[in-house]
Amino acid sequence: MDTQAIQRKLEAAFGGVVGPVASGRVESWIEVDPDRIDEVAAMLAGDADTRFECLSNLSGVDYPAHGHIQVVYNLISYTHGHELTLKVNADRDSPEVKTLSGVWAAANWLEREVFDLLGVNFVGHPDLRRILLPDDWVGNPLRKDYVEAPDYHGISTIRESMLRIDLPVKD
Amino acid sequence: MQAFIDGLIGDASGLQREIYYLVGMLGFGALVVFGFILPLAGVFSWLERRVWARMQSRIGPNRVGPFGALQWLADGLKNLLKEDVIPQAADPWLFRIAPYVVVTGFVAAWVAIPFAGPLIIADLNIGILYITAVTSLVVIGILMAGWSSNNKWSMLGGIRSATQIVSYEIPAGLALFPAVLLSGTLSMQGIIAAQGWQPWMWHMFHSPFALLAFLLFFTGLLAEGNRTPFDLPEAESELVAGFATEYSGMRSLLFFLAEWGNLYVIGALVTTLYMGGWQVPPFTENAVLLTLAQFATFVLKTFFWVFVAFWIRATLPRVRVDQLMSLCWKYMVPMALAAVLATATLMVVFPEGSAPLRYATFAIVVLAVLQFFRRVVFHLRRARGMGWTIAG
Amino acid sequence: MSVEIEFEQGGLATEEMTLNMGPQHPSTHGVLRFIVKADGEVMRKATPDVGYLHRSIEKIAEKVGWHGFMPYTDRVDYVAAMACNQGWAMCAETLGGIEVPRRGEYCRIIAAELSRICSHLLAIGATGMDIGAVTPFTHALREREMINDLIEELCGARLTYNYMRIGGVAWDLPPGFRKKVARYLDHLEPCIHEINDLLSYGKIYTERLGGVAVVSPAMAMSYGLVGPNLRASGLKHDLRKDRPYSVYGDFEFDVPVGHGEMGGVGDCWDRYMMRIWEIFESVKILRQAVDKIPEGPVIAKVARTFKPPAGDVHVRVEAARGDMSWYCVSDGSEYPYRVHVRTGSFAAMSIIEELSKGLMIADLVAVIATFDIVAPEVDR
Repeated sequence: MDTQAIQRKLEAAFGGVVGPVASGRVESWIEVDPDRIDEVAAMLAGDADTRFECLSNLSGVDYPAHGHIQVVYNLISYTHGHELTLKVNADRDSPEVKTLSGVWAAANWLEREVFDLLGVNFVGHPDLRRILLPDDWVGNPLRKDYVEAPDYHGISTIRESMLRIDLPVKD
Repeated sequence: MQAFIDGLIGDASGLQREIYYLVGMLGFGALVVFGFILPLAGVFSWLERRVWARMQSRIGPNRVGPFGALQWLADGLKNLLKEDVIPQAADPWLFRIAPYVVVTGFVAAWVAIPFAGPLIIADLNIGILYITAVTSLVVIGILMAGWSSNNKWSMLGGIRSATQIVSYEIPAGLALFPAVLLSGTLSMQGIIAAQGWQPWMWHMFHSPFALLAFLLFFTGLLAEGNRTPFDLPEAESELVAGFATEYSGMRSLLFFLAEWGNLYVIGALVTTLYMGGWQVPPFTENAVLLTLAQFATFVLKTFFWVFVAFWIRATLPRVRVDQLMSLCWKYMVPMALAAVLATATLMVVFPEGSAPLRYATFAIVVLAVLQFFRRVVFHLRRARGMGWTIAG
Repeated sequence: MSVEIEFEQGGLATEEMTLNMGPQHPSTHGVLRFIVKADGEVMRKATPDVGYLHRSIEKIAEKVGWHGFMPYTDRVDYVAAMACNQGWAMCAETLGGIEVPRRGEYCRIIAAELSRICSHLLAIGATGMDIGAVTPFTHALREREMINDLIEELCGARLTYNYMRIGGVAWDLPPGFRKKVARYLDHLEPCIHEINDLLSYGKIYTERLGGVAVVSPAMAMSYGLVGPNLRASGLKHDLRKDRPYSVYGDFEFDVPVGHGEMGGVGDCWDRYMMRIWEIFESVKILRQAVDKIPEGPVIAKVARTFKPPAGDVHVRVEAARGDMSWYCVSDGSEYPYRVHVRTGSFAAMSIIEELSKGLMIADLVAVIATFDIVAPEVDR
């Protein structure tokens, strides 16, 4: 099935929750509401015509200019051989997206990574905690306005210049 | 031995005599331990590394001394000079005593090992029983080491090792019975005397059951010595060094010396019980020459088994703990029991031993060894065609 | 085999102990940590704790630009680095609308398959060593050194290659390289057979790996397992055959799958054997590539300040550890707006917690080794 057909199917089932097929230069995608994404995903995974058994990629992108954080899902179907990209826009100040860990177990760790690095709260996630950074890290590094704390447990994070030349002070 | 020291002491009597005696014995013991056993264990460490390396297309130690032969001295010296680290929460006395218990258990076995006709420290008439009993002391030492390190991984390693050694005592103990039955005595020199110098007169070729018992005995002893494929207690990729993880310096080296020296004991036991010991054809009347020849034969046979142990270590992967246990209890114990019963039955049926059975077993083993060498030649030929460098 | 234990009420009370298989341990898979809750030798759960090798590569991409990011992609999986190079190059080329010349594509494939063989040799050796057989490790690494020599002739580096560029590859094949590769492949096949004879079918080895941690196809797909891990569970999906990218469509090769010879389909032994079979397939591809490579330029003309128009793209490449999914967003400037890599080892790490229930501690090492997990891929 191509993206248009999938979109028609989803629109028939969910109505306005699902946007039209948007096309960039290379890829097309379907935009979905952040609080209904789990139902949409469950249908895409379970339906015999779509049969998306695998969540291939789950990325978060920070768009401060648009005021939202976008979570991009790339689904693939081994049975039918087709791919689909879904995008979810969550409000930047308190981003909340329904979790997909009930549909695909791969989403568990991938969502933890987006939570860790971008601060998106996945509602309903069984174990939402930091995965790559230490548990007591402050901030979400992949945000565009992230400023690193000057030190972490007493270790300075400001790198001094590697080139140390003590030149005589010229008057 | 006793007569020798009596001769040295002379006419002293009473407490003085006892003290001289004690000092003499301790001195001799120290001489044997530091002059023979520990250097031998050290040499084995070097030998293992060279043999192992050759099997892995590497070279092994070759810097310290000719062919790296002094590497073990360098390692020993380094370990002596290392800082003595004892974990703060470890049990101080158990931690210190554990290596000594292990080494005691292993060294005490050398008392009854027959190196040549007259060369045995004490020809106990319960020789083999004494050795089996005294080598079990190492279990206590290992458990002490594992427990006192205050480290869960060490404890796991210590428990695994204790389980393994205690379990494999059974098949090893059972598998030495056929040799004892055939010799009619527990004394080590007696067992050797009951065999002949010709290979087919060795106990291991007496019957297929004796051969089976010999194989079980060797396997059981490997398991007792924590050697691969039964070296899970020291599995490097899992537990760093098992029960010896928290030990550094000489204390840890003592554990390893006990392991390498134990290889010699394994080789010696197998040689004595099943392979004819120091027996040589009576080619001369000169006692000294004869003794030397016997010693050389014994050492060669023992080194052969030590080499086999190295070889097995380089080749086989590790057996998991539950598989190890099931191997012991479900397979080796019944087979050992069967071997004992069969040997006893054969002794009743053929009191003088059955020559056809003996020659048949010998022929089977010789054919197997020949087939093995044919395979080796095949693989060598195949490997000769391989070999490639980027230069051409 | 996983052990089933029944604990009766009122029986012997045993405490569960929490062990730490710390970030430093003598396994070769990198800085990984497991918090193991074990009851004696049998584990209740082994929770992975990752992030010790997190180098914020994705954030760095936003600072160094399109061309500058290429050496960083090597570090995403330094054991089989060419495929990572290729993934990133394809991202940039798709966004920028650049076509790679055919000779460049062939060079890429030769490099990628050599790197795949490298990675699988290391995986085989490391698995053997973790199970206790130390000799095949040195033999496998000896063969790997020869590939490193070949690649050193090709691009100057032995581990982190930085060989590919946006638009093609950096340097053409050196003279005589094709013959050297062909002769090396002739030398390699009997060596793999030798390692196979020594290791794979030994009784102890098959007992250790057979039937351990069986992964069903449904579980594999749900957890997002890819590559040899997925194919070991019986699913015949290989990106090089299903959606041939680059010039993989020109080559004939098979896709091996696990059959469950030593236990269930998708057990550790299947995953281990997959890598041996895949080496043979890579050898086939390499022979054909070295034979059929056309003449021509190896790199397309790409501007120094490469500014692909705004847009986003998903690119998947079949790396040694499975298909790596690259998601790249461009905002029209010289610096990528966002880069995200989802690697095969990431998914494999996440499944270990589920698989570890009921396994023994010794099996945990086998599982990590056969999933071929490398820490840089998990943490990036």
